[in-house]
Amino acid sequence: MRWRTIDIVVTAALGVAFGVVFWVWGLVFSAVGAGSFAPPLYILSGVWLIPAVLAPLIVRLPGAGLLAEFMAAAVSALLGSVWGLDTLASGLMQGAGAELVFALGLYRRWTLPVTLLAGAGAAIGEWFHDMTIYFVEVDFAIQLTYGAWMLVSGVIIAGLGSWYLLRVLRPTGVLAAFPSGRSGPEPVSGPESAS
Amino acid sequence: MGLAPPALAIEAVSWGWRHAGRSTWAVRHLDLVVQSGERVLLLGPSGSGKSTLLAGLAGLFDERGVGESEGQLRVFGEAPASSRSRCGLVLQDPEAQLVMSRAGDDVAFGLENRGVPTNEIWPRVRAALDAVGWAYGPNRPTDQLSGGEQQRLALAGVLALEPDLLLLDEPTANLDPEGAGLVRDALARVLDHRATTLVLVEHRVAEWLPLVTRVVVLAAGGGILLDGPPSEVFVGHDELFARHGIWTPDHRGQRPARPLLAPQPESLIVTEQLSAQPPLADRPLFARLDLVVRSAEALAIVGPNGSGKSTLAHLLGGLHRPQAGQVSACEALAPGHAGSAVWQWPARRLVTRIGSVFQDPEHQFLTGRVADELALGPMRGGLPEADARRRALELAERLHLDAVWEANPFTLSGGEQRRLSVATALATAPRALILDEPTFGQDRRTWDEMLSLLAGLADSGRGVVLATHDRALVEALADRTLHLPLGA
Amino acid sequence: MQLRRPAIAYPTAFLPAANAVAKLGAALIVMLVAFLSRDPVTPAILLGGVGVAMILSGLRPADLVRLVGPLLVAATILGVLNALLAGTPVGSSPGADVDRGTIGLALGLRVAAIALGGSLALATMDPADLAAGLIGHLHVPDRLAIGALASLRLIPILGAEWRTIGLARRARGVDAGRNPVAALRLALGALVTLLVSAIRRATRLALAMDARGFDSRTTRTLARPPRMRPADWLLLAASGALGVAAVAVSMALGRWALIFG
Repeated sequence: MRWRTIDIVVTAALGVAFGVVFWVWGLVFSAVGAGSFAPPLYILSGVWLIPAVLAPLIVRLPGAGLLAEFMAAAVSALLGSVWGLDTLASGLMQGAGAELVFALGLYRRWTLPVTLLAGAGAAIGEWFHDMTIYFVEVDFAIQLTYGAWMLVSGVIIAGLGSWYLLRVLRPTGVLAAFPSGRSGPEPVSGPESAS
Repeated sequence: MGLAPPALAIEAVSWGWRHAGRSTWAVRHLDLVVQSGERVLLLGPSGSGKSTLLAGLAGLFDERGVGESEGQLRVFGEAPASSRSRCGLVLQDPEAQLVMSRAGDDVAFGLENRGVPTNEIWPRVRAALDAVGWAYGPNRPTDQLSGGEQQRLALAGVLALEPDLLLLDEPTANLDPEGAGLVRDALARVLDHRATTLVLVEHRVAEWLPLVTRVVVLAAGGGILLDGPPSEVFVGHDELFARHGIWTPDHRGQRPARPLLAPQPESLIVTEQLSAQPPLADRPLFARLDLVVRSAEALAIVGPNGSGKSTLAHLLGGLHRPQAGQVSACEALAPGHAGSAVWQWPARRLVTRIGSVFQDPEHQFLTGRVADELALGPMRGGLPEADARRRALELAERLHLDAVWEANPFTLSGGEQRRLSVATALATAPRALILDEPTFGQDRRTWDEMLSLLAGLADSGRGVVLATHDRALVEALADRTLHLPLGA
Repeated sequence: MQLRRPAIAYPTAFLPAANAVAKLGAALIVMLVAFLSRDPVTPAILLGGVGVAMILSGLRPADLVRLVGPLLVAATILGVLNALLAGTPVGSSPGADVDRGTIGLALGLRVAAIALGGSLALATMDPADLAAGLIGHLHVPDRLAIGALASLRLIPILGAEWRTIGLARRARGVDAGRNPVAALRLALGALVTLLVSAIRRATRLALAMDARGFDSRTTRTLARPPRMRPADWLLLAASGALGVAAVAVSMALGRWALIFG
């Protein structure tokens, strides 16, 4: 499984695209003082984790989740996120969480259950990072509460969301150079239907 | 400097190529011989495989699983994959080719890939930049360059590797006339100093003729139509070119004759004191502009890239709030809403009054089927589904999209996507239609179709606004022209 | 909006001119020591050191304020939150006293130290230099680093496209109004279009890179090979010294505590 140039650049570009969207949306959870960091807000945290799950689904190579999530974090870091290099550490841990799940499947299982698990894995990576940096003093029971919200969000938004995005992207023909463009789940036509 | 290249640069014997996953062959039955030092202009209608041929010559098809070939293709006597280091390929989209953020670094990129020792890299970079007439230093940020400059830089990057065969795939298709001129001048300079073999694919031929020694015309579906020096190829074959949709040097485009009973022009959109200035610029693109868009009229907004054409087009289309000034509708456009600012309209009202067609058709695709794309606008505007579907079908037939009725819009060819984006704008029957670069990089047939379509729209009473740098289109179609930037 | 990095006002100042990997290393040392500390003294001293570095950063005061301001706000919020929600730390005996004030202060300072060291390094770093440094000094695979670097060029391009896609949707009659569900569908559709564009651009870029020999098995050279000058080693040493000093002072004051345990 050698990484071709197109695998590297597309994986990185996926991360960059998400990074741009995150930046524009101001969805930097852990920054700019706007959030109150309350646990229920973390129900949206799975959005951050999509690159870690979607990139491996598309490219089907080891390390894709790490690279894509790292690049998404790099966009924030370069554009001036307050957390600086720590953003990259966060990205690496989230990517590693998803990567571990795909690795356990020997990078050959690309089914929906595996995808949902990868979303959970990425969420756990995020949990480790946030609990040891931002919330290290907080009572463990409350830390687990954060974890629960993150986990649910990871499975639904990152797992199910990535699955859905893959199904919408395939019929556009843009994935023709990848194995996921030729086989995989049934395509879907997209959020806008003529109704 | 190496030995002189072999005499035979390119030899194709019955060569064909089919991309993986496709049913039709991109190129078929190609017999072609090109001597070293020849400069070939490669023409052909869309779908005749010009880009595929160049990619094949550049040796980009050597990986397994990419497709299958038939026949033989030799570059300097060897398989293209082995001759890769002797070829240089420049592609159409300037932004897609630049790898680094500093100009000199980008030129050095190819040298780094070849393992050229560090101390040899920078002299070669400087030489390549000189060869294309580079006016800036090596540290110029690449994203601050105009399209023409970016393409010159891409050419320098290729030249630094001292190729014996230069392959240029529509290098000026994405550029405005000034940018295209920059690239042509750079290439002319290069060819003055080196006897490099050249294969150039371009649609608009007139400006390139002085640089080429030979013209080869491919036929759609395989084989070669014409092959010879420019003085022979373009004489007496006008009908052939027209039939295959290939540009000739003197093709001008003719607006169809206007009907005798032309509708009276009415004011549709009025701007008052409209101004726009990009955040980091020291001069506005336009200031205190008073403009009227009228029905039954084609208004052209012309200027080089970056002069504010798109900005003005977006403002006229009511897509965002003006920095200063006002864009309002007239009674003829929206009865009952005369004088209201269009940027404040809900999108549902906007789509039935003013249609906007964007430069990149893909930005406007919303659904997964052409049929749904065409029906979406009318339904948004309030039409019942059955009527919307009927109108969609009519439009598809009129614009030759019925063949791709079920296809995903992203899989369509460039010309089909362009027609689809115009069709979706027309589906809601707006009185005003604003198009941003509608003839971007198109072959002759699509161009002619677009011209007659737009002329027909204007003649039937709509107001048509074109933001474009396509001089031929403006000459053929425009009733009025506005030049940007103002005051230039 | 312009998706561009804040410009470095004085590119020849100490930090911008320093080797990228040295800056990275110096920042990581500060971050690591801050990460491992639980008391307020250690991060305070680290922040003092980073403050000195800010003077050498070649950034304008306005840019520095923009860097530090939001961080102070976030760090304060986190400090307060942790103080309020502090519980029995994992591993220590239950029923132990919880000094909320110190906890909050320590955590706020710790977070600030972790963040500021890194963001200062990033603000004075050029990504191309970092890539060259990673390849040259740390032997990161060069195709990976360069491929990733090339994709960074897409940031302003995709940012502009995101905006255009939004305008295009309005032109098609689709806008969100006040309806959150409609806003979500709009955003999702725009995201898909942006992803298609990003993948297309990346595919073309990869082709262009391969056409210039990127995928050949030849060993790549570097046009700007990174070098470690004495000043760069000095930066690393100073950072190490800062870390050691911070812990030492904290120990001397009897306040030192490790993060876990």
